[in-house]
Amino acid sequence: MTSNTKIELVCPAGSLPALKTAVDHGADCVYLGFKDATNARNFTGLNFDAKALAEGVRYAHDRKRKVLVALNTYPQAGNWAGWTAAVDRAADMGIDAIIVADPGLMAYAQKKHPQLRLHLSVQGSATTYEAINFYAERFGIQRAVLPRVLSLPQVQHVIANTQVEIEVFGFGGLCVMVEGRCALSAYATGESPNCNGACSPGKHVRWEQTPQGMETRLNGILIDRFDDGERAGYPTLCKGRFDVNGETYYAIEEPTSLNTLELLPDLARAGVRAIKIEGRQRSPAYVGQVTRVWREAIDKVMRDADSFAVQPAWIAELDKVSEGRSHTLGAYYRPWK
Amino acid sequence: MKIALGPLLYYWSRQQTLEFYAQIAESPADIVYLGETVCSRRHELRAEDWLDVAAMLKAAGKEAVLSSQSLIESESDLKALRRIVAQDGFRVEANDMSAVNLLTKAGRRDWIAGPTLNIFNPQTLSMMAESGATRWMAPPEMSGAVLAELLASGAPAIETEVLAWGRLPLAHSARCFTARHYNLQKDTCEFRCLGMKDGLVLRTREGEPFLTLNGVQTQSARVHNLLADLPTLRDTAQVLRVSPQGDNTVAVLELFRDAIAGTLSPLDAFTRSKTLMVEAPCNGFWHGRPGVEQYVSA
Repeated sequence: MTSNTKIELVCPAGSLPALKTAVDHGADCVYLGFKDATNARNFTGLNFDAKALAEGVRYAHDRKRKVLVALNTYPQAGNWAGWTAAVDRAADMGIDAIIVADPGLMAYAQKKHPQLRLHLSVQGSATTYEAINFYAERFGIQRAVLPRVLSLPQVQHVIANTQVEIEVFGFGGLCVMVEGRCALSAYATGESPNCNGACSPGKHVRWEQTPQGMETRLNGILIDRFDDGERAGYPTLCKGRFDVNGETYYAIEEPTSLNTLELLPDLARAGVRAIKIEGRQRSPAYVGQVTRVWREAIDKVMRDADSFAVQPAWIAELDKVSEGRSHTLGAYYRPWK
Repeated sequence: MKIALGPLLYYWSRQQTLEFYAQIAESPADIVYLGETVCSRRHELRAEDWLDVAAMLKAAGKEAVLSSQSLIESESDLKALRRIVAQDGFRVEANDMSAVNLLTKAGRRDWIAGPTLNIFNPQTLSMMAESGATRWMAPPEMSGAVLAELLASGAPAIETEVLAWGRLPLAHSARCFTARHYNLQKDTCEFRCLGMKDGLVLRTREGEPFLTLNGVQTQSARVHNLLADLPTLRDTAQVLRVSPQGDNTVAVLELFRDAIAGTLSPLDAFTRSKTLMVEAPCNGFWHGRPGVEQYVSA
């Protein structure tokens, strides 16, 4: 692998305006989902119906960009037909790949639409080349998205041992748990990323001003409490403050965003084929801002990885849209673990 | 109906662990899953030790199974996995698709598809069965009704196992939350989880036990307890899994034996189990509810 392997910038599109913004600001690919539980960002007011998708595909393809459809939740016996119909719909719309987690659904897609590109979703929890190669041999997947748990050397090792294109997360919300292996939301609310496409869903959220401060609850469970003047964040349950052995702190993770901008030359040299920006639930303004910075950074790395330097203006831009206005290298940086 | 003892998810000392399995040899467990599935830094028992324990349990009439690690990150993790797959004295529980790949390539036709493989539909289950799985464990978040629907929808005829007792394994991370609690990094964790017999409880700021930190794993604080749900389990599961806990594991296995045999009613078994739990019970997942809930009170 050489440093001049092209890296695709894969940007989130929670809506048609976000899709257009991503394309206009330099995304190579946009990824999106339907308005139902077939994708892992099943939030009210988000995602695409058939009409919006048709227009989105036309808009992107007219500008030589790709559209990827995430069908990355796990179908069950009772709703299987809904997921296969979504595969068919995506294929019929002429999209460029589907992003899938469930092996059964991959088998269906491979059989019914042999020309359709399959990307293994991060929800598939494949952290090794042995796992990724399994999906490649069985279902012909052409790309795999790595969960946000590997260090940079581990990412390099995976790439060196598979022919499958590797996509990694570059920026956005940091999922601290192995994607596809987390039932914390299901435990608290009954709705899970795996089955319902939702984590800490809004309908279970309560904000309440109390004499102790602003309290945020998820299905009645106290996730955090904020003093006056402290900015009260959304109660994503792994980013709350809890008590362990009499000490109250962010026991799992602080509210912060992932940002791997400074690793970009290393990721390029390792042969990473695509960088994913997280945030289908975010606004078109977020998508535009983040896409612009990453487009510029990737172009610089592609021209000359050795002289690449992170520009302070990029970080300033990205911090504006980061959770808690801070960022981390997450697991790519070993001491984070 | 068979009773299985799941893999030990905590890090106990070598002596505690060996004594524990000596007791298990005398317990009503039919199947015992062995090995380190949570963290590759836990080495009180090495691979050979686990094989010795497996042989001891086999001699005591149990089916011993070697479970693979749930989250595999490094080549050394893969090396450990390859060793498990290469031995042919015992069946293997695959807890990651790397294990499925290696077992399939080795031509093994006798393995168990573990709970972290995310098998949610008959199509995926059939694929596992065609690849050589002869038993599978439903994801703990799957409800009884969804499982029954799966089994009625053309599922292959392989054994179904359900988690029936123990803190729920809810998530895995690259980060060690136990080390984090002590302001340490995973690579230099000083093995702080060693000897925490039931993990480290995380409470809400109102003092409510909510989760359990167990190294890179996050569990429920409450004990998933399906003793009272035995009637619906009979229709769906051939194997009930009990997850090891610091104390009273054998007593729990005995309650399951008596309840399955019918010498104790499910509700009586549930009532008796109240003194054997480290926290309050929950069974919401089985009822299609938030997992934290105790849906049927008895």
